[in-house]
Amino acid sequence: MSNILVVAEHYNGKLKSSTFSSITFARQAGDVHIAVIGSNISDTADALKSYGAARIYKIDKPELEQYLAYEYSIAVTELAKSIDAEMVAMSTSTTAKDLMPVVATRLEAGMASDIIEYTDGKFKRSMYAGNAVATLEITTPKKVVSVLDTAFAKAEPADGESPIEDFQVDIPAGKAKWVAMEESASDRPELKEAEIIVSGGRGFKGPENLHLIESLADKLNAAIGWSRAAVDAGWATNDLQVGQTGKIVAPEMYVAIGISGAIQHQAGMKNSKVIVAINKDEEAPIFSLADYGMVADLFEVLPRMTEKIPDQS
Amino acid sequence: MKIIVTAKRVPDPEIKIKVKGDGTGIESHDISYKLNPFDEIAIEEAVRIKENAGGEVILLSIGPGDAQTEIRTGLAMGADRAIQIATDEYVEPSVAARIFKKVVDDESPDLVLMGKQAVDDDANQAGQMLACMLDWPQACFASEIKIEDGRATVKREVDKGIETIEVSIPAVITADLRLNEPRYPSLPMIMKAKKKKIDTISFSDIGIDTTERVKYLGLENPPERAGECKLFETVDELIGALKDEAGIIR
Ligand SMILES: Cc1cc2nc3c(=O)[nH]c(=O)nc-3n(C[C@H](O)[C@H](O)[C@H](O)COP(=O)(O)OP(=O)(O)OC[C@H]3O[C@@H](n4cnc5c(N)ncnc54)[C@H](O)[C@@H]3O)c2cc1C
Ligand SMILES: Nc1ncnc2c1ncn2[C@@H]1O[C@H](COP(=O)(O)O)[C@@H](O)[C@H]1O
Repeated sequence: MSNILVVAEHYNGKLKSSTFSSITFARQAGDVHIAVIGSNISDTADALKSYGAARIYKIDKPELEQYLAYEYSIAVTELAKSIDAEMVAMSTSTTAKDLMPVVATRLEAGMASDIIEYTDGKFKRSMYAGNAVATLEITTPKKVVSVLDTAFAKAEPADGESPIEDFQVDIPAGKAKWVAMEESASDRPELKEAEIIVSGGRGFKGPENLHLIESLADKLNAAIGWSRAAVDAGWATNDLQVGQTGKIVAPEMYVAIGISGAIQHQAGMKNSKVIVAINKDEEAPIFSLADYGMVADLFEVLPRMTEKIPDQS
Repeated sequence: MKIIVTAKRVPDPEIKIKVKGDGTGIESHDISYKLNPFDEIAIEEAVRIKENAGGEVILLSIGPGDAQTEIRTGLAMGADRAIQIATDEYVEPSVAARIFKKVVDDESPDLVLMGKQAVDDDANQAGQMLACMLDWPQACFASEIKIEDGRATVKREVDKGIETIEVSIPAVITADLRLNEPRYPSLPMIMKAKKKKIDTISFSDIGIDTTERVKYLGLENPPERAGECKLFETVDELIGALKDEAGIIR
């Protein structure tokens, strides 16, 4: 079988659960090998030991503490070459979007973004804001993919323990310098990890009303997401935008409140298990996706929902 | 500052596209086209940089001959001239990036500004590939760009929030949604744009290897969600259904 190199995604050493979706994909495609890149990442590599990888490679260097496309692409490419990986895969994220096309270019590999299925060497992926699903082949000997985490189950632990190896590679300094990170701080579950997401849109009218969605989210122990209109208006930070060009989520329940359900928004949430819509316009496209709904004024409904829903935390 | 901005024609994102019955593509009648929204943002940014610091803004587009309508829109926004590589075929990001590299080598701009993603193929690849081919630094998903002393400081929209990086120039920068709000061209600008130059190069004349690395085999409709939406009159009924039927809340 061919070697598949999965690039694990972590943030300051903390593994992202989406990594386990790319492991599931890689198990379908060949022998799983995992790369963990960063600085002081021994624990991160350890946490991946029981997922059936043939080997875990650590590229652990102070100069890799912050992600930068050039430095990381050299680390991944050199490792992929040295283990003769047929495919390099990473779960979809802004880092994967930034990095994987560079890795593909260095390997002279064809690349498919955000794949949702893999069978017999053929990939499927969405195009046109999710209005079409394409089947494609990568025709180069080496292949690079980003894996849409919502489309692949999270891998369960497997038998045995994977050996961990330090991979040595020289990383020349690139022409970009990391300066700062303004993290959006929140005590809530993360959008990509949450079982329940409540999402708001332009229907909230203004920042003075956001407490309504926050109270409901508290009761449901939910993450909060937003439409582009709400993020553009400055009510929420960019990392909370759900949609074609924001985050793609598929929680157990997605509650869309005061969101019309534009194609671009649907692309980010239509695979949620249960969709609930609250909108005062019965013609809003969101109702064509929703399982449950109320045609109602959110300013009347939300306080009552918050009052009546039993605390879920 | 000499800036190249890539500009792709895409189906109007406001219109729901349909897959052809035989899966060979999308229905092209009753489609209207637009500039890729992210490219509009990139053009706006380039024009603002030029308005501040002087220079030239050159549009670069790969697409069919009648995409000149959309290229003219970009010229009306304030770009100075355009280069079009004419082809009726879909050009994948890795091929587009190779073509862009050839033009960049010929034109030697200080900056290449691109959209982060074309909203037809939704690939989000071409900018990163071009930067690698040129051995230039990349700053992708920009929500703010400051240029000073041969360096660009760029705020990037990432999963965790906003990251700032600094890159030396020349560089490739790709635009995210909140970089700016593109202007609507005024009538005088539209008139002026008609006289601006569009150089057209035929795809077969560019003289580089354009071998594809990906082969699209067909398109299909996405799966529909099953069932109708159950509508409720009262909050109690809705909560009841989420508890007893959906089993989501306790
Ligand atoms: C290139 C591109 C990329 C995009 N990417 C994304 C993306 O990633 N994510 C995204 O979300 N959008 C995206 N969009 C934008 C998208 O097209 C829509 O404009 C956006 O989703 C609309 O947001 P909204 O539903 O909050 O606002 P609107 O469409 O204005 O809808 C507001 C809704 O609130 C309802 N409402 C108003 N008042 C009340 C009330 N009191 N009670 C109940 N309901 C009420 C209205 O009936 C209406 O349906 C993108 C667009 C483009 C062009
Ligand atoms: N055929 C093309 N013509 C002009 N620009 C393109 C073309 N293809 C890709 N691009 C540019 O590359 C960016 C990313 O495209 P993609 O990688 O296809 O999502 C787009 O926003 C465009 O600026």
